[in-house]
Amino acid sequence: MNYVIIGNSAAAVGTIAGIREFDSTGNITVISDEKYHTYSRPLISYWLEGKVTDKNILYRDADFYEKNNVTPVLGKKVTKIDTANKTVVLDDGLSIQYDKLMVATGSKPFVPPMNGLDKVKYHTFMSFDSVKAIRAEVKDGMKVLIIGAGLIGLKAAEALSAYNAQTTVVDMADRILPSILDVRAGMKMQKHIESKGVKFILGTSAEEFSEHSAKLKNGVTVDFDMLIIAVGVRPNTELISDAGGKVDRGIITDMTQKTSLDDIYSAGDCTVSYDASSDTNKILALLPNAYLQGEVAGRNMAGREFRYVNAIPMNAIGFFGLHIITAGSYEGEEYVEETENTYKKLVFRENRLVGYILMGDVKRAGIYTSMIKECIDLGEVDVELMKKAPQMMMFGKARRLDKLGGITE
Amino acid sequence: MKKVYVNEDWCLACHLCEYYCAAANSGAPNMIKAFKSGKKPVPRIQVEEGSEVNFAVQCRFCDGKACVKGCIAGALSITPEGVVVCDENKCVGCYTCVLSCPFGCIVIDEEGHRIQKCDLCTKNHDGDPACVQGCPNKAIVFEER
Repeated sequence: MNYVIIGNSAAAVGTIAGIREFDSTGNITVISDEKYHTYSRPLISYWLEGKVTDKNILYRDADFYEKNNVTPVLGKKVTKIDTANKTVVLDDGLSIQYDKLMVATGSKPFVPPMNGLDKVKYHTFMSFDSVKAIRAEVKDGMKVLIIGAGLIGLKAAEALSAYNAQTTVVDMADRILPSILDVRAGMKMQKHIESKGVKFILGTSAEEFSEHSAKLKNGVTVDFDMLIIAVGVRPNTELISDAGGKVDRGIITDMTQKTSLDDIYSAGDCTVSYDASSDTNKILALLPNAYLQGEVAGRNMAGREFRYVNAIPMNAIGFFGLHIITAGSYEGEEYVEETENTYKKLVFRENRLVGYILMGDVKRAGIYTSMIKECIDLGEVDVELMKKAPQMMMFGKARRLDKLGGITE
Repeated sequence: MKKVYVNEDWCLACHLCEYYCAAANSGAPNMIKAFKSGKKPVPRIQVEEGSEVNFAVQCRFCDGKACVKGCIAGALSITPEGVVVCDENKCVGCYTCVLSCPFGCIVIDEEGHRIQKCDLCTKNHDGDPACVQGCPNKAIVFEER
């Protein structure tokens, strides 16, 4: 059996694990246009900040491919999937035959057309190479302009504070982290990040870039020594769409992670997932989601029958020491608690917990996550205890004993 | 595999398991040194106190292993014996495992920079885990079920 995996991040590693659970001998080839051993993409900001070494950015041990009997083909790009001959074609002309193919191509930075951007040098913040390029140019105290106040833009701002950068973040939205925080939590986080010296200009966008300065639509001009564009990402879907596979906002798969094409699976940030907390299809660009989808796909590629269910949006992230954990959907009845340094919002719908935001105090948040994923009816828990803090005590005795016995699947 | 189980009918919420756990994992030679020099070490077992019942909770070594599968740094892994361990040099303290653990068993260390979790005392001594050895009421047991 020849398994071919396009991509070398979390979804690919999950796929390898899933295959090897059931097939210890089949050939696995991993192809990536990046030349590195599998590394942790979310750790690039920590690497730039100097908190993670070249060794520790590796997502798996140096002997990972060897131990799993995987042939890595690195630094080569797949240009085409030839479904008729069941091969993938590389940019050097070589073809590799597959019986089962995984497309785990992830996403790429989205850089919208902006006036003058073609004449200035800018960086994106997505790959090891992108932070290496920043590292090569960064100078102590330099002026940095970041376009985009989302997760990536703010992680870049945090990393660059290690170089005493004078950072300005501009975003079209009137608040930061709108994808994971509500207005109130966003304001709290903004205040915290501002207290660390980062300046925000929100509700406007760049009208025109010229060398070392950007004129914004609100009339303000921001000077910069370094420009980083972090407005968003787009899934890499072309290989599947060119081969005639079904693509919407991302690659469409069924619950076994199979695409609409025979023997071709997909997982990770390039795919559309079903969000169980909001009953909608969306791209859930999260590392745990990528790994778990890959694992399910790998098991299925090895001939078993598994389904990927219970996916929900969820994020754990910190900026300048202030941590946030969020999950699920925010549509519903709210319970909010706030102190100077903490924020808690629980969202209820149809007598269930469907989402939450925790900031500052994130202890034991996973108990809330499990309530969302397991669709636990509030009639089965002590709601007052639950509101106070996530704890096993809130479950009735039978459920608690069942859970603490260690059975979760 | 052998795991730690707590009989909630016998737990008095004395919190001694927390002290034994924290001390055993602190690297200090004894309890006094563990708690009286520098920051108070954080236990990996947590006692929940209720009006009628108390119990201690620590890693269930569950089948889902959401913590390991979701770890963004590859810091959490499973030993051949089935113990989920954290490489503290690799952990960046993103707390994705805290978000993922359905039992709330991943704790944040005393510095607030990374996580720690129960590894059944496999790294600090031989024999039964410190919480089991220290429970005065034999409410905590280490056994195969």
